Amino acid sequence: MRLLVNGVFQDSDAATLADLLQSLDLAKSAVATALNGSFIRRDERATTKLQEGDSIEIVAPMQGG
Amino acid sequence: MRLYDKDFTSRLLLGTARYPSPAILAKAVKGSGAEIITVSLRREQAGLRSGQEFFALLQSLAVTLLPNTADCHSVKEAVTTAHMARELFQTKWIKLEVIGNVETLQPDIFGLVEAARILCADGFEVFPYMTEDLVLADKLLNVGCKVLMPWGAPIGSGRGLNNLYGLRALRAWFPDVPLIVDAGLGLPSQAAAAMELGYDACLLNTAVAKAGDPAKMAAGFARAIEAGRMAHEAQPMEPRDFAEPSTPQAGKAKLA
Repeated sequence: MRLLVNGVFQDSDAATLADLLQSLDLAKSAVATALNGSFIRRDERATTKLQEGDSIEIVAPMQGG
Repeated sequence: MRLYDKDFTSRLLLGTARYPSPAILAKAVKGSGAEIITVSLRREQAGLRSGQEFFALLQSLAVTLLPNTADCHSVKEAVTTAHMARELFQTKWIKLEVIGNVETLQPDIFGLVEAARILCADGFEVFPYMTEDLVLADKLLNVGCKVLMPWGAPIGSGRGLNNLYGLRALRAWFPDVPLIVDAGLGLPSQAAAAMELGYDACLLNTAVAKAGDPAKMAAGFARAIEAGRMAHEAQPMEPRDFAEPSTPQAGKAKLA
């Protein structure tokens, strides 16, 4: 399955958003997520199923003004 | 100073971007006595994990975090970013930026009011980055904002207070609303001028981060902000067009 993860296409067999984060070794990291432009809470990741072509954003704390 | 339900001693809010190193950022925050720092959200790269390192630094600083929605150009983008920030930083506070012009980074004031309305209704405590427009201020207060943050000048420009009249009018019109000059300051004297106008605090980033010695500049800003606040509280004298002797004329010896 082809996913767009943080702006980069990649092949993945992750069934859920939680699986994807696990495969990226970010499951326990301080990150927030969005699927196709909508915020997905941490406690919703395991039940959020992924489909071909989904766009996922994974963001972390960063310097800002 | 009280912002929403929190009390602070320092009236300097410091941004965390563009410093030469994390160590220098930490030194600037500690040296300035800033109790509130702004942070952002950006894509995490699985291999680099730079966000995790920065998060650890933030926790070690033990200050209040004000996440922003920097570079958001639509209401939806800003609202979604605010939700992500609330979960990640565990705070209701959000510095709301809805940008309307890429060159001036001027806020889209129509989108700003709409995003503020949505977020306030959802329990956020919104710090809107705005222009110094009175009508805009009124609308932001009406949708639930309890703090306003007018710009001094475009972000990162270092131009100081571009519209002194407008900022003075805003202060006069809303005497009881916490007002923070956000963006455009380049020198401590400009921050002092904002505080002398009666502003409650200043938020700055680039002026400190891009200084040759950021920690020293941060400390300089902190002192200027304190001096400006003291001057405001002390009620400055009225300026005059002509001189008025400060030394008493009575009792002067007749020598001519």
